[in-house]
Amino acid sequence: MRVLMFGWEFPPHIAGGLGTASYGLTRGLAALNDIEVLFVVPKAWGDEDQNIVRLIGANTIPVAFKTIRYSSTLRSVEKIEVGSKLVPYTDPEDFWKMTRSNISDTDVLLNTNNEGKIEFSGSYGATLLDEIQKYAIVSSVIASENQFDVIHAHDWLAYPAGIAAKAVSGKPLVIHVHATDFDRSGGNVNPQVFKIEKEGMEYADKIITVSNLTRDIVIKKYGIKPSKVQTVYNAVEPMHFTEVTKPFRGVSDKIVTFLGRITMQKGPEYFIEAAKMVLSKMSDVRFVMAGSGDMMEKMIRRAASLNITDRFHFTGFLRGNDVFTMLGMSDVYVMPSVSEPFGISPLEAMQSNVPVIISKQSGVAEVLTHAVKVDFWDIEAMADAIYGILSYPALSKTFVQKGKEEVDKLKWEKAAKQVHDIYLRVVK
Amino acid sequence: MSSPQKKALCLYFEVHQPFRLRRYRFFEMGNEHYYYDDYMNESIMRKVAELCYLPANRLILDLIHKHKGKFRVTFSLTGMVIDQFRLYAPEVLDSFREMASTGCVEFLAETNSHSLSSLTNREIFMRQVSTHRNKMIEYLGVEPTSIRNTELIYSDEIGSWMADMGFKATVTEGAKHILGWKSPNFLYCNTINPRLKVLLRNYQLSDDIAFRFSNPGWSGYPLTADKYAGWLNELDPASEIVNIFMDYETFGEHQKKETGIFDFLRYLPDAILKKTPYNFMTVTEVADAFQPVSVIHVPSPISWADEERDLTAWMGNDLQTAAVTKLYSLSERVMSCGKEALIRDWIYLQASDHFYYMSTKFFSDGAVHAYFNPYDNPYQAFLNYMNILSDFEIRLNSECPESDHDTELARLNKSVEARDEIIRQLELKVSKIEKEYSLIQKKVGSEKPVKKVGARATGVKGKSEKKTTEIKKSKAGSKR
Repeated sequence: MRVLMFGWEFPPHIAGGLGTASYGLTRGLAALNDIEVLFVVPKAWGDEDQNIVRLIGANTIPVAFKTIRYSSTLRSVEKIEVGSKLVPYTDPEDFWKMTRSNISDTDVLLNTNNEGKIEFSGSYGATLLDEIQKYAIVSSVIASENQFDVIHAHDWLAYPAGIAAKAVSGKPLVIHVHATDFDRSGGNVNPQVFKIEKEGMEYADKIITVSNLTRDIVIKKYGIKPSKVQTVYNAVEPMHFTEVTKPFRGVSDKIVTFLGRITMQKGPEYFIEAAKMVLSKMSDVRFVMAGSGDMMEKMIRRAASLNITDRFHFTGFLRGNDVFTMLGMSDVYVMPSVSEPFGISPLEAMQSNVPVIISKQSGVAEVLTHAVKVDFWDIEAMADAIYGILSYPALSKTFVQKGKEEVDKLKWEKAAKQVHDIYLRVVK
Repeated sequence: MSSPQKKALCLYFEVHQPFRLRRYRFFEMGNEHYYYDDYMNESIMRKVAELCYLPANRLILDLIHKHKGKFRVTFSLTGMVIDQFRLYAPEVLDSFREMASTGCVEFLAETNSHSLSSLTNREIFMRQVSTHRNKMIEYLGVEPTSIRNTELIYSDEIGSWMADMGFKATVTEGAKHILGWKSPNFLYCNTINPRLKVLLRNYQLSDDIAFRFSNPGWSGYPLTADKYAGWLNELDPASEIVNIFMDYETFGEHQKKETGIFDFLRYLPDAILKKTPYNFMTVTEVADAFQPVSVIHVPSPISWADEERDLTAWMGNDLQTAAVTKLYSLSERVMSCGKEALIRDWIYLQASDHFYYMSTKFFSDGAVHAYFNPYDNPYQAFLNYMNILSDFEIRLNSECPESDHDTELARLNKSVEARDEIIRQLELKVSKIEKEYSLIQKKVGSEKPVKKVGARATGVKGKSEKKTTEIKKSKAGSKR
């Protein structure tokens, strides 16, 4: 069975959980015997691991002056060349920062083929939506030039691509909901994004959600028939390095870590309030907020006004191995997300032998037993759990031991088998 | 004394409710010293009283009057359930007192707080049993002659303590792994002190009532008193006693009224007395009436809990072990302190239920463990309990500084002694090394050892420097 898969990012060029999850799933699928995956991203860099999939960059497909006939509408569309400047988040500020810092992206834009070249408008919303549409157009070219049995599109950025591919080929479309705009925006949804998401869900033959939490949102907020939506939980790649060395710690204090984007969705303010409570009872503990985001400055101000800056540290954005070093130094990992469709990072913490506290408003809470689960707003419970793990060694020990056993059982192969079953059903 | 025809059916019911703890956060430590969820305790007690204790007591009293002394049962009431009756359901205590006055009901002794003290040491265990014995005399007007331990925990050693306290008999599980080919349907005695008789629970016939009674998928369903009497007749004709032990809450709570459990109990005495050679006897009566057929060897403790019939329900994981160890590490000091409020909490904190809630077996074999469990999971149970225990320790330290001082002194003395010993040994080593050193110097005359010492010193210095810079760095980061 051949799968035409549309994603938005592929390791090592990933900005968040979406890339990790779609890569993990692809690896799991590749391990199954009869599956071949063609993975399409808007921009291929050339250094991606292509052992398990054939990776196609939309930016490498010559599309100028081709005419594509849509099977449903019989409308002809003239194709255009595409250059890509892409991020998987709708937050304007994030996008603005990325545009500013990544000069090379701008270069790419300018370097596109003269013929059919497109000017980007410059404003955030228009540009990203523009890119999504261009991606969709290229995808129809790819769909018409390749043989496959099923289309699989990851998250809203790739839905239009999936729709276009289905329109051209008539093959069944599976969309994979890693997040919805309700998670990202805290209920304040962008109507254009909502429209793309809803169209994707309606056009799809089957919808995969990463948790029942997300499944409920898809059913309730987007009005999708429950029988069409199925949950397939994410998993985690086994640790690459065999020996987990505890990195050198400059301080003897215990370390409690928040690791993620400092945005409303991740609930950083609850972490700070809980830190304040713990610090009022314990002295030998430090709190670390690792990551960056639009709420960072506000959080620094809050920590200052609570007078805990001597014990509360901000690291800024962490990359690659720094993430695992930070986890390795931690005694507790806290994920107080307000709305988290899944949340792979607690699993990585558990792999690093760190006890985790997660919010009940996260999809990962549905699969974990050996983790403390609290409501994101319940700072008392969160503080209590932090205190308990730091103060009672038996608790920490049990979490580490049982947590490791538990997380080792969460394999992508299992998720891939479920996805394979879904393929078989839609292909029939 | 026993004649071949005489057989006994021994019904024994356990009555117990723990004082469940309220949600207690760490920041309350040192400020709040009230630990109990009064609302939950009262509402559960009222509910169980209405569903079970009151109607079941009424029925048993009726049966006693109806059968004029031929229907006899044994109960055990923990000290905690008596306290809760007094607080929330005094009429239940009245009806137990009425039962005691009929002479057909025996009440067993046990540890006052349904505790695991039998697993710690003899002295704590004995003290708790005598507290309970006094409570029985005070509230029920009876002095127990036989004893049961928490959750029927029993071992040869625990049995010998019971014998030392003068008890005639005890009850425990007829666990397969201790019985082997033997049958639970005879009287046994303790290995160390044969004066203590041991009655073993027939778990098959007990669980037919306690667990399977209302299960429509069970081959014995529906169970009637006549059918049950028939099963007794099918037992090996040599069987002398059948011990049916269960939670009293089986009647009306575990098995609801609608299942017909009360009707079963209502017709059971008639069916047994008329259709079988069995007579109802209480635990002590069985011990007096029968001869033990052999000793029963129980080298390590057993209980009536779970499939394993061991202690893993309370002491099976690191959390439970840590909590139990911490709790009993305070026992000496609590006893020497003697403050009433502290002792009351000390008693209530010992209830085995608190540790039962921490069982991680809960994840696999949850149904029974989840029963009346106030916690979502074992971690929460542990966290809450340890917070409370920490506050308890803070109180102990502040309320009884004297004894604290004494133990501290003793501890310091001990450590001084230990240090002296270490110093002596080190001195020996040093003199030995010095000798060797002077020998080497004579032979070689090199400076190597001195260099080595110097290198080590700088190494240490380097490390500490790194530490301070690290801290500075992180401080700078937070200011940004």
